[in-house]
Amino acid sequence: MSGGRGNLIKTLQIDTRLLGMVGAFVLIALVFHIATGGTFLTPRNLFTLTLQTASVAVMATGMVFVIVTRNIDLSIGSLLGIIGMVMGVIQVQILPDIFGFGSPAIWLITVAIGIFLGAAIGGFQGWLIGYLAIPSFIVTLGGLLIWRGGAWWVSRGTTISPLDPNFVKLGGATGTIGVTASWILALVGSALTIWFLINTRRKHISHGFAVKPIWAEYALGAILVGAICGITAIMNAYLVPTRILQRRFEREGLTMPEGYTEAYGFPISVLIVLFVAIAMTIVAKKTRFGRYIFAMGGNPDAAELSGINTRLLTVKVFALMGALTAIAGVIASARLGAAGSSLGELDELRVIAAAVIGGTALAGGVGTIYGAILGAFIMQALVSGMGMVGVDSPLQNMIVGGVLILAVWIDILYRRRTGDS
Amino acid sequence: MKRRNLLGALAAATMLTTPAFADGHSVTVGVSWSDFQEERWKTDEAAMLAALEAEGAKYLSADAQSSATKQLADVESLITQGVDALIILAQDGSAIGPALDAAEAAGIPVIGYDRLIADPRAFYLTFDNVEVGRMQAREVYKAKPSGNYVMIKGSPTDPNSDFLRGGQQEIIAGAIKAGDITIVGETYTDGWQPANAQRNMEQILTQTNNEVDAVIVSNDGMAGGVVAALASQGMDGIPVSGQDGDHAALNRVALGTQTVSVWKDSRELGINAGRIAVALAKGTSMDAIEGQRPFKSGDVTVNSLLLAPQPITKENLDVVVDAKWIPKDVLCQGVTGLAVCE
Repeated sequence: MSGGRGNLIKTLQIDTRLLGMVGAFVLIALVFHIATGGTFLTPRNLFTLTLQTASVAVMATGMVFVIVTRNIDLSIGSLLGIIGMVMGVIQVQILPDIFGFGSPAIWLITVAIGIFLGAAIGGFQGWLIGYLAIPSFIVTLGGLLIWRGGAWWVSRGTTISPLDPNFVKLGGATGTIGVTASWILALVGSALTIWFLINTRRKHISHGFAVKPIWAEYALGAILVGAICGITAIMNAYLVPTRILQRRFEREGLTMPEGYTEAYGFPISVLIVLFVAIAMTIVAKKTRFGRYIFAMGGNPDAAELSGINTRLLTVKVFALMGALTAIAGVIASARLGAAGSSLGELDELRVIAAAVIGGTALAGGVGTIYGAILGAFIMQALVSGMGMVGVDSPLQNMIVGGVLILAVWIDILYRRRTGDS
Repeated sequence: MKRRNLLGALAAATMLTTPAFADGHSVTVGVSWSDFQEERWKTDEAAMLAALEAEGAKYLSADAQSSATKQLADVESLITQGVDALIILAQDGSAIGPALDAAEAAGIPVIGYDRLIADPRAFYLTFDNVEVGRMQAREVYKAKPSGNYVMIKGSPTDPNSDFLRGGQQEIIAGAIKAGDITIVGETYTDGWQPANAQRNMEQILTQTNNEVDAVIVSNDGMAGGVVAALASQGMDGIPVSGQDGDHAALNRVALGTQTVSVWKDSRELGINAGRIAVALAKGTSMDAIEGQRPFKSGDVTVNSLLLAPQPITKENLDVVVDAKWIPKDVLCQGVTGLAVCE
């Protein structure tokens, strides 16, 4: 019987590791659902969970590239801190004097400067690693200390708050796109997925590659569209708390109609994660840059001998990591509604753990974007679930540490059995 | 470090003419700072300098740069330079013993500044942390004498977290016993981080289905995270406490989303340290210092002066403005209809 199931998965060409991770996530969710007396698997908690994961998930996608090229980046937590701080100062103390309070130019310029700064600092670290051949561990360990200290210098230890009202929408529950737009997005997403499946099949046939039986294509399409619609339904099932609606009506001098409800839909920060995930997956699979990254990770010497400029590649990979860290900094500071010099502390470890739980091998050459994002979700589900059950933080850290080691061990066993690299 | 010594030297140069001892030399006070990482020590230092200047005393200082080992060397060097009293902001209160031995051998009195040195040879000067906890709970309890409470504590590795929690308990223990108050969530916060406090609060709100009436939070940074979590449920405005007098927190107090920020004016600490150091140098005994009382830590009892912090609520925001702690426009950003902001 188990042989039959294995064949089914093989026919559908689903990554078994992905299946294992989804299984682990479901298991964790079910355990907490029971332990919390039925509050873990509610639309509200799943909505909050996606918000809590967004910042780490964005950085985890970049960390996959960094680790695949046999490097490490320990500086991202501190980098997030200083970029968050600089963006806080720009949007609160500088831009409102130029454009007026609440102008849409404020958040646009702030985010642009943040991403530029992230890419510049990341690229500089990449230059030290690629061209001066200083080990990435050392460069970014130095960066960890330098940028955290820098964040303190920018702010002198104070917290900058409240942030620009438009900027804040990029990180929290105040910035959601509503029910209708969410469904439209789900439809577009489903259509693109189906188009992608058809297109891939056509290409395979035209190149004379083997293809799945047609029923398998239908099954796969149904699973993917089902997943997209399911997630959208969950996001649309979480209703805006009545008190927030009442306040909004009061502000406009109206009374709220009896029984009026409204749902959130997708938060902007989650859409940012989706966009980053898709873009990074395309970069990894479909571009020369992506193929070079995996080639360099698999065998740096062979890659260099075959004409790949691995030094420049290192600079680009770290610049990309820096830019993604800036995006994560936008999400993190917007969610908190404040920028403080401790923002992002220890995030580098969460991000590395997410990438590693997601199957990225520290030896280089292997890793997937979706794995890293799922890894981030699994970590956050563990932490948030334990918080709900009332496990105190020292014990939480111990459990997360244990799970990290366990996950990598299982991954090693899996690779050994399947003969995977 | 260099610049600070220069400052000290300058201050010393201007004081050369002030005799205090029988042999005509003036009092010199040596200060060993653990670090200048936090913004506030600069504030403390300025206040201390002013107090010493008023007493006609000289100031010498050293910065241990967060190293307990360097601090021992610093203290020895200050003693060699001939100080008459020492103020020590201990990097590690349990590793400072050798410095106290050296000071005792030279007959120099020592003040343990802000951080406890559990040794009867050192005079302990700080703000009363247990009282901070009491004040936080008192203001929240005043605003909401019954209902479901959440306790957001500080870092599990910082002993202050439990001092604060102890003070909070003293105020609400009676109401808990009487069944008026129920604690529906209580958690430490790794590294006192606002983002962790926000996440913990979100999970508690989900778990209790928003049935929370008040939150006792141990500092202002975490209060920011808690208020953000409350706001996403439209619950901002329920009583929330904090401490430190952070600018962002005082703005929340003015806006009404935070009930109290317990403020410790560190300048008070600096002024008192300067005053007591000069008194001790002139031979006043430790138990003759005005307002001193015994402070028990384990089985050690030290002479101490615990300064009273001040709870800042919507009613007395003028205190922080008058003290020039916060500019009015920062305090009043987005605030309407508050007397202090007019």
